[in-house]
Amino acid sequence: MTDITSASGAPTPKRATELVAASLKRRRRKQARLKWIGLGAIGVAFLMLIILVGSLVSSGWQAFTQTHVTLEVFVDPEEIPLDRLPRGGFDDALGASLGKMLPGVDMSQRKVAKSVEKILSNGAQFKLRDMVVADPKLIGQTITMTVPVSDPFDQLNKNLIDRDTPEQHRRVKDPEIGYFDALKAQGAITKPFNWALFTNADSRFPELAGLKGALAGTFWALLTCFVISFPLGIGAAIYLEEFAPKNKLSDFIEVNINNLAAVPSVVFGLLALAVFIGWFGLPRSAPFVGGLTLALMTMPTIIIATRAALKAVPPSIREAALGLGASKQQVVFQHVLPLAMPGVMTGTIIGLAQALGETAPLLLIGMNAFITSAASSPFDSATALPTQIFIWADSPERGFVSRTSAAILILLGFLVAMNAVAIFLRQKFENKW
Amino acid sequence: MYDTAKTESALEQTETKISARNVQVYYGDTHAIKDVNVEIEDKTVTAFIGPSGCGKSTFLRCLNRMNDTIDICRVTGDILLDGEDIYDPKVDPVQLRAKVGMVFQKPNPFPKSIYDNIAYGPRIHGLARGKAELDEIVEKSLRRGAIWDEVKDRLDAPGTGLSGGQQQRLCIARAIATEPEVLLMDEPCSALDPIATAQVEELIDELRQSYSVVIVTHSMQQAARVSQKTAFFHLGNLVEYGETGQIFTNPEDPRTESYITGRIG
Repeated sequence: MTDITSASGAPTPKRATELVAASLKRRRRKQARLKWIGLGAIGVAFLMLIILVGSLVSSGWQAFTQTHVTLEVFVDPEEIPLDRLPRGGFDDALGASLGKMLPGVDMSQRKVAKSVEKILSNGAQFKLRDMVVADPKLIGQTITMTVPVSDPFDQLNKNLIDRDTPEQHRRVKDPEIGYFDALKAQGAITKPFNWALFTNADSRFPELAGLKGALAGTFWALLTCFVISFPLGIGAAIYLEEFAPKNKLSDFIEVNINNLAAVPSVVFGLLALAVFIGWFGLPRSAPFVGGLTLALMTMPTIIIATRAALKAVPPSIREAALGLGASKQQVVFQHVLPLAMPGVMTGTIIGLAQALGETAPLLLIGMNAFITSAASSPFDSATALPTQIFIWADSPERGFVSRTSAAILILLGFLVAMNAVAIFLRQKFENKW
Repeated sequence: MYDTAKTESALEQTETKISARNVQVYYGDTHAIKDVNVEIEDKTVTAFIGPSGCGKSTFLRCLNRMNDTIDICRVTGDILLDGEDIYDPKVDPVQLRAKVGMVFQKPNPFPKSIYDNIAYGPRIHGLARGKAELDEIVEKSLRRGAIWDEVKDRLDAPGTGLSGGQQQRLCIARAIATEPEVLLMDEPCSALDPIATAQVEELIDELRQSYSVVIVTHSMQQAARVSQKTAFFHLGNLVEYGETGQIFTNPEDPRTESYITGRIG
């Protein structure tokens, strides 16, 4: 740089060159500073993300496995007579089989028997009942079955309960630890993948609680939301962008749509409570109402995205079609809209992803109820993923701590997947003209 | 100075296709076209020349009512196509544009196949009964657009994949596929290289057999080469209109002379 400066001829250009060289230094410094600030900002954001996901994974990964115990159950005709089905002493049959595996334990003492039975999940007897009701020939036979253990023993097995804590501060007492260790020594304790997290609906017992109900509720709510907000949003956007006269009224509508996109979600929840439930008399806690509410929030996003996509279609395409004698409607539906579709889809998916994580309006319309079956239609009571997280986060049982994190991870997984689809669509169809 | 031999020999008696009387165009408060009177003849190439912003494109776009799409644009006066006022409320601009085709400055093929580009106009106007007839129209239009030999083996390829000159000839073929009576061309060669320009100019000369062609151009050589009639616009006024040979060799108005000799522009 300096070599060239000294080599240059006449004094005036030389001076200019020097000035440029001096200013160049300053400009380079500024540019470097901007670069480092930018990198720093990205670094901080990335760190936050790592902390968030890291803490979720560290507390949530345990929920993806569940401790089970494998038992040889003698389906005792005394306890479970054929003629009383589906009633019967299923819990006693299970307790007896546990007792057989623990030779030194005196199961005739009621108190001891009770504390041994505590190892089993409350769901175990129902599992046995369902098996016997489905196949009554099992009565009198000995069957091998694997059932979940109750939450405290699951925690114990996952080392989430510290054995050194004084006994009175522990949920599992010393003799119970003894029974469990004895079972473990026999190889009866296993820790397989926790399918129940996906195949069960909510339950009071953490070891039985799953997200099936929440997933079903979210599915119905998002389906309703999509079916309503997609056509309405696109229709409104096409009209406003392509057909509406540009006057005070359309300006007013445009400003209000932009405002609508910024209204806090809890307000939409209150609106839905008053209008959909209070006035129209739609059922409380129903995903259909949730979907309607979410549609109110998604629509402005879709309208704004669609208008931007329509605006981005080059005017030359419109002129080409108009010049051939296409009507306004043919221009829009045969040329402009197909070209705008990737942008519309991207906007819609981002709108739906927002709706997926929305909690406040769903709380107000009662989608945070305790519901132990998955909704089979949009009019059944249900929870949604975010409200299920809310419910679990509020539950006192320790098993729900890891399940809450696991549910958040699953929700984030859906969000990432939806955004990935949006990015894929944008890349695939970008600038084809 | 300019090669006008071809155009002079081609001059013959023709009838009026478009007749504009006292046409005024306003963009909001701007008076863009001031009292233009012109008679455009059938089976003739008419060139509009003039410096940038003189209103020649604006006037061209009045002839098929493309200015309707601009909200603030207002047109007064009469423009008669075969004696009928095209700004009459009874006239549907859609029907008018099927009769008066247009080719734009920048080649603008649809992002569809070459076949679909040509077939679009006939399809929306219902010009073809059945696939065979449509195939025939597509082939005929591509042949008249002087591009058939280059694309006949890849009609399914996207029109946007062609070179600039091919795209413009595709757009011309697309415009003539609807069997228009008038073809408007808004600087059709400004985005093309000299070879492609020569091909398009040759094509324009052939199209004159069947259509009335109106071409806006910035190139005076081009106007001299392809047109029989030339109109010179300046600041929204139609300064001079007459036979191309006369405009370029012996202009009446001093402004025309200044422009064609390069003193204003």
